[in-house]
Parts: sequence; structure tokens; C-alpha cells
Amino acid sequence: MDIRLLQAVPSDTERAAVDAVLGAPASGWDGGVRVNARDSHLAYGGRAMRERRHELVPALQALQARVGWISEGGLGYVCERLQVPPAEAWGVATFYALLATSPRPRRMLHVCDDVGCRDNGGREVEAALVAAGGPAVAHEPSGTHMQLDANTPAWMHSPCLGLCDQAPAVLVTDAGDPAVERLIGRVTADVARALLAGAAPGADALANTVVPQVGDPSLVLLQRVGVVDPTSLTAYRNAGGYAALGRALQLGAEGVIAEVTASRLVGRGGAAFPTGRKWEAVRTQRATPHYLICNADESEPGTFKDRVLLTGDPFAIVEAMTIAAFATGCEHGFVYLRAEYPLANERLQGAITQARAAGLLGENILGQPFRFDIEIRRGAGAYICGEETALFESIEGKRGEPRSKPPFPVQSGVFGKPTLVNNVETLANVLPIVLHGGAAFAAIGTTQSTGTRLFCLSGAVERPGVYEAPFGTSLKALLKTAGASPRMRAVLLGGAAGTFLPAADTDFPLSLEGARAAETTLGSGVVMVFDDSQDLEAAVLRIAAFFRDESCGQCVPCRVGTVRQEEALHRLARGKTRGGAEAEFALLEEIGVAMRDASICGLGQTAYAAVESAVKRLQLFQGGAV
Amino acid sequence: MTTTLISIERPTRAPKKPLAFTIDGRAVTVEEGTTILAACRTIGIEIPTLCFLETLRPVNACRLCVVEVEGARVLAPSCSRTAEAGMVVYTKSARVIHARRLVLEFLASSVDLSTTPGMAELLAEYDCKPERYGPPKPHALAGERDAAIAGHHAAPDPDFAATVGQPVMVDNDLYVRDYAKCVLCYKCVEACGADHQNSFAIAVAGRGFNARISTEMAVPLPDSACVYCGNCIAVCPTGALMAKPEFDMRAAGSWNIEAQTTTDTICPYCGVGCTLSLHVQDNTIVKATSPLENSITLGNLCVKGRFGWQYVQPGPSADSATTRDG
Repeated sequence: MDIRLLQAVPSDTERAAVDAVLGAPASGWDGGVRVNARDSHLAYGGRAMRERRHELVPALQALQARVGWISEGGLGYVCERLQVPPAEAWGVATFYALLATSPRPRRMLHVCDDVGCRDNGGREVEAALVAAGGPAVAHEPSGTHMQLDANTPAWMHSPCLGLCDQAPAVLVTDAGDPAVERLIGRVTADVARALLAGAAPGADALANTVVPQVGDPSLVLLQRVGVVDPTSLTAYRNAGGYAALGRALQLGAEGVIAEVTASRLVGRGGAAFPTGRKWEAVRTQRATPHYLICNADESEPGTFKDRVLLTGDPFAIVEAMTIAAFATGCEHGFVYLRAEYPLANERLQGAITQARAAGLLGENILGQPFRFDIEIRRGAGAYICGEETALFESIEGKRGEPRSKPPFPVQSGVFGKPTLVNNVETLANVLPIVLHGGAAFAAIGTTQSTGTRLFCLSGAVERPGVYEAPFGTSLKALLKTAGASPRMRAVLLGGAAGTFLPAADTDFPLSLEGARAAETTLGSGVVMVFDDSQDLEAAVLRIAAFFRDESCGQCVPCRVGTVRQEEALHRLARGKTRGGAEAEFALLEEIGVAMRDASICGLGQTAYAAVESAVKRLQLFQGGAV
Repeated sequence: MTTTLISIERPTRAPKKPLAFTIDGRAVTVEEGTTILAACRTIGIEIPTLCFLETLRPVNACRLCVVEVEGARVLAPSCSRTAEAGMVVYTKSARVIHARRLVLEFLASSVDLSTTPGMAELLAEYDCKPERYGPPKPHALAGERDAAIAGHHAAPDPDFAATVGQPVMVDNDLYVRDYAKCVLCYKCVEACGADHQNSFAIAVAGRGFNARISTEMAVPLPDSACVYCGNCIAVCPTGALMAKPEFDMRAAGSWNIEAQTTTDTICPYCGVGCTLSLHVQDNTIVKATSPLENSITLGNLCVKGRFGWQYVQPGPSADSATTRDG
């Protein structure tokens, strides 16, 4: 492809950062030194070059991590290396919130102002930062960018960082070599000021991941979290790790799928699709290769269960992926990990490296003719990339815009090949299923919802954290266990794409059928509690802003609908309705139905869910309290 | 919004199997692989489209062509969803009409559709009231939307409805980009990219409501990879991309489509032999296009064919020109 490249020259630092990811250039054709004897009569490129397109996002991330932003020279060099048209690379770079395309300081604080943090210390942190360093980074109305000095730290707002149990949360990113990323919890105004003044960020909030139920013998998915050293393969194996993989190899691919099907396990990412059926569909696809993707892009506000599994029990995810790959004929696996989880990245990378060294990944796993390896792909700040087809686009080096289904991922997924996508928690369930059999798994929970489920308790609770409970446990009991505030007014169940429930409606069994009967959804397991100290209307406005921010912008119903929804809510909140509150509620309903019916993907289809429940079940925006 | 369906010759393959399904209660039999939209058009059912064009890969982004498929949770884009045996499709159900009305209102309240052919009729047909979302917000300043940071936006102003309004970009002599009229149908990106021209001068940048068509770093067209083929103008459904003569005449109030005739000829420049449609008003060429259904061009031209016709008529450029004999 004969593309027009940029004239700007990369700095040596930028060149080195990109080469560290892509390797040294092979010739004068892809950014190297032109050697006439070699390069003048032979062009390199074509298909081989196009097949490297998937390295675009990692290369841009390398620039971001090294320099703190993507300059014209840096972008141009990446385009030259991968032969990507600059306009396309610009389109990709401007899509992701954590890739900066205007100068940013080396240190940035990404301060969570989402529903879990804002009323739990977030506002105080924000006030301290405004007082100490001025307003959050944004573009100026004049169409220019805030003038920022590379050496003066700055801050900006962030959607949910997945640290709701340790609110308020801040993600610190220090560009450099090496770059430093830390997710910090329970940030005080003093800590925030110190970070803005350049203080070392200290240890990650999750260095010692524990769960409130630690030591409880009934735990299945969380049994090793906080108990077994997550950085040691030996410790994992001593605790029974990798017994499931051995058993899976004995059962054979079809035997494993038979157990998973018998377990009646359904996906834990939110859609609750039968896992066994998905595995069988991938296994029987004739097109090759098959890909396996562990969806760890957990970005649903209020959700942090996958983070706990990845930091607290990373080997379990590696083992479960290996079993899934064995059963479905995948040789290559990706973990698509949200950018905001640096420690999970470190732990998972450590687990993969150790497993590889021990012959548990790579060729001839456990001496069998079975080959599989795992590559981590980090997100770059886009909730939409948790949608499986947007995730494929992102892995392929493109903007995270969902695809139209059909074709479904099992037929045509990443790189157009059959792809198995499972959420982290779904995969974690595979180990007990293989070890103890599908029937034993199905005996837990209810007849229609089998097994246990992870719930993310946060907000006005005394003991926030991830709780494991068998399906069918009542929400009321779970709230009691976590110590929900006696002044509880409402619960947000299932996340931003879930529903608000008034306190009086929280006595029902947490199962798929129980939630359906209660006209709600378990979604990603979010249980966020609001009491009378919190501003529920402000939380609803934040959710509306979230969907507007996170819409990819591809389809009209979602791109404009999320804007119109937020505007109507702001008119209601500020008493500036067009034709009265009832007219605005009717308009919201019309907008919501159009988004649900006509949007391409689940983001637009669920963007009205929480708003609808806030209006109809909590009776918010009526000028009175609940 | 009537568009003629074009059949593009493809290499001979094994005959496709026929399949039967139902549209609005009528039995239809089509070849395997036929889209619902194409099937509808064979039996005279009109479905409005905006981002669909026969010569481009469907992106199904506008969602104007949605239909209801019995048993499906959500509506399906008819432009790209292929028919399946036994499928039961409704093109005018209450859900479909509602979704189309809201899509049209969303666009009409956020985008200037004044030069979109057929749009006024469509808005009336679907009983759209775009004004109910509030008065349109004043235009953004030049560069403001290009500077947006993904995942961030200013709190909405309760007195206005947000729009994509911004100044017209006039950075070259051949065509203008008026992104206040852009519905983000992706057609220009496809035409500039792998579907037609392979120049890749533009792409979608940014995210959400701030998603926009942009060159790299939003540089002016003369600094970009643009080759001025104008194939983006040819596919633009709203007039956001417009040849400079048309733009100037519209600004002067002299553009009169009723007074225009179209004459097909062959482009005189090279041996490819592209069909050229010359749009003439007052005995003066005002625009050159190529028919979409022309098998050589598929509506595409190059910079010479699309913009290089001034020599035919007297004008500023001809004043200084000398004839071959002279």
C-alpha cells in the first residue's frame, strides 16, 4: 500500500519506545536506515505488513507510557513502521481516553468521579486538587488545549476505576522508562495533594488483595484469594492448582464440554449465555485457527470482581483459559485487560511467565500434544471495548466500534476467525466444574441458576468488597452480611447498565429467575448501596454522562440518544423542563426505547435502564426525595 | 430517498440457493445472501436509508433502515442483515416507526439537514418534531470539536440541544467540508479508503457525540493525503462535502437545481473512458459527476474528471488561456 506518511521527525526516545514493542525496523521501507543495495529494488510491505496492524494500539501505548502523550513525530513513526495511514492511526489514537493526542505532563492523576467514588470521598479529593492545581485537564472552548508543563503534574476526571470497595480511587500514571502506574485507594485530600506535588505513589492498593469472607470454607471462586501467594506457581500448585488441567486432559475436549454443559454454567459478564453451548459452537467450527479471549475489560461502574480474581488468584485464570483452549481447539489466547488495572497486569504476566517456564503453557502442555499460549492486550480507556465485538476491533488495532451481529463471534470473531470469549469470572468457574463434575456444580444454587456468583458490594456498606454467594441467596441477606447502612435508600444492582431498586424492593433471591421476577438484572454483580447521605439524582446524572462519554459514536440512536437523555435529565434536575416533568419523562421513555431497539450493541441498548428505574422506581427528579 | 438498485457483475459462482421468507405478510423468495433491504426493493417496499450505498460496504450506522424480525430482541438493520429462510420481517411495525422517527429527530436536532435531498419529506412522513429537544446550541468555534478529549464532555446546557455545528472548512479551491451537516454515515471514509480510492486521507476520529471525520491531526486538506478525486463528495448524502462552485452558487443564491440539465459524455482526459455527467445551468457547467450505476466508475472519478472542466467554458481561468491554433 502506497500511503502518504507524516513529515514530522520522532525523537530518539519515541523511536526507542516504539522499537521496544515492534522490534527494530527491517529496512528503509518501514522506518529503518535505507541501504540502497538492499532497499532500492525491493519493496517490503504488502500482506506481511498489513498483518501487523494489530500492533498499532500497543505501539501507541508505548509512546504514551514513555513520553506521556502521542506527538506528531511519534504517531508518524508508528505509521511508518506499520504502514498504517496517519488519518487512521489518528482515528484510533483519539478514540481511547488514556491515549493523549495533545501534550500532557509526565504525571497524570486520573481521579474517579463515578457513582462509587463521588459520594464516598471523591468530592473532597476533587476539591483539594482544584485548590492545589487548578481545574481538571480538558480542552479549551477556543479549540485549543490547556497549556500544560511536562514537569508539573495535572489531573483529570475518570470513569469508574474498579476500586469502589476502597473509594475514593485515583490512577496515577508516570510516563518514563520504566513507566509507573498505580491504582490508589482510600485517597485522602492530603494524599491527593502530595501526588499532585510529585510524591512517589507508593504501593498499589491491591498489593494485598483480601476479601471480606477470607477463610470461609464454603468459598469456591475466592478460596485462594488472600490465602495463597498469587505470585508463586508453587504455592498455587500446593493449594491444588493445575489438578483441573490434568483432569481435563484425561476427559478429552468433548468430555470437558460435556461437564461444562452439565453444569449449566452461564456467562458472568452480564449476558448469561450458556457457556457449554458456546464452547461446543467454537469447537465444531471448521475454520482455523480458533482464538480464545478472556474478557477482563471489566469497566462497568461498580464492578471489581474480575480485578480481585486477577490480582488475588491469577494462576486460576491462566489454568482455566488453558482448559477452555484445550476443549475448543484454540492455540492462541488473549487476555483483554482494562488499562486501569496495572497490578492485575503485573500478576497475570507473572503467572503466564511462570506457567510457560513450567511447561503449562507453550508446546506439549503436560506432555500432551497440545499447544497453547496467552498474550495480554491492555485496553486504553474505553468501556465499549468490553463489548466482545468492539474488543475484537481493539485487538485488531482499530477503533473500538462494535460489529453488527450476526455473524457471531463463534463463527467470525477476532481476525475473522472462530473466537471464544469468556469473562474472567466465567472462566474461574471452569476449575471446580472440571474437578468435581458438572453435576456437583449444578447442585449448587437454584435449579435455573447454578453455582455461585460474585457480588461487588460498595457504597454505604460497612464491609465493602467482593462476596461469593450461591445463586438464590437473598439480596437482603447479602446486604446484611456486608453491613448495609440502616439508612439505605436504594441499591444500584447490575451496574450502570442495571437498575436502581428502592430499599423496600431488596428482598428477593439473587438468581437469574429471581432477578427477572423482580424486574431487574444481576448484570455484572454490582450491588451499590446509597443511603441518605448521598445524592441519588447526581448519581443518575453521572450515569447518563457516563453513557454519553463511552458511546463509541458509531450509530445514531446511541450517539445522539445518550446526549438527548443527559440533556433531559439536566433540565429536570435544574427545574428547566420543556413542558413540565411529565413531558420530560415521556421524552426520556421515547429516547430510551429507540436506543434499546435500534442501537448496534449492548451499550446503547442498556443506556436507559438505570435512568428508567431511577425515574419509575425511585421517583427521582420529581422535586422530592425518595 | 429513492435509490436505484444496481447489480454489480461478479465472477460466476455456483448458483445460490433460493430461500423463502415473509415481509409484511407477503411471501418472498430471494437468493441466499440477499439482504432484507434488497428483498424489500424487489417487491416495491420502500425503506429509507442514509448510510447505505450499493457501491460501498454497509456500515449499518445510521439505523434508519431498521426492521423488526420476529423473535429478535432488537431491530435489525435491513441494509446488511441477510434474509434467512422462514424469517418473518415487519417493515412498518410500531417499533420500527418509532425507532426511525427518533433516529430522524436525533439527526435533525443535531445536524443541519437543509441540503439533504428528500429529508424534508422524510421528516414530515415520520411526523418528526426535532424542535422538542430544545433550540440548537450555537455553533462551536473552529477547531473546538477537533480538540475534544475522548471520554470527557462539558455538562449540558439545559437551555440548548447540543449539535455538531461548527464553521465550514474552506481550505482549498476544489471542495468544502461543512461538518455541521455531517451525519457520520462513514461513506466518505469508505470511498476515500479501501472501498474505492485507497487514499486513506480521512477517518473517523474521536468518540461518541464528538466523533468526527478528520484528517490526521485535523490538518487542512492540502497538508493531508487527499488527492482531490472528490469521490467523497459523490457519496456524501447530506451536502456536507460539496464542490466549491456549488457551494459558492448556493451561498450567492444562484444554485437552481430545477434549471439544471445533465448530459452524459466521456471524460476527455485519459484512456479509461469514465462516463462523465455534466450538470449544466444557464449554459454553464456547474458540476461533474459520474453515474453510480456505471460499471467502469461506480460513480468515481479522478481530480481531472471531477474538477477539470473549466476549460470548456469562458471564465477567469480561460481568459489567460491560449488556443492550440493561436
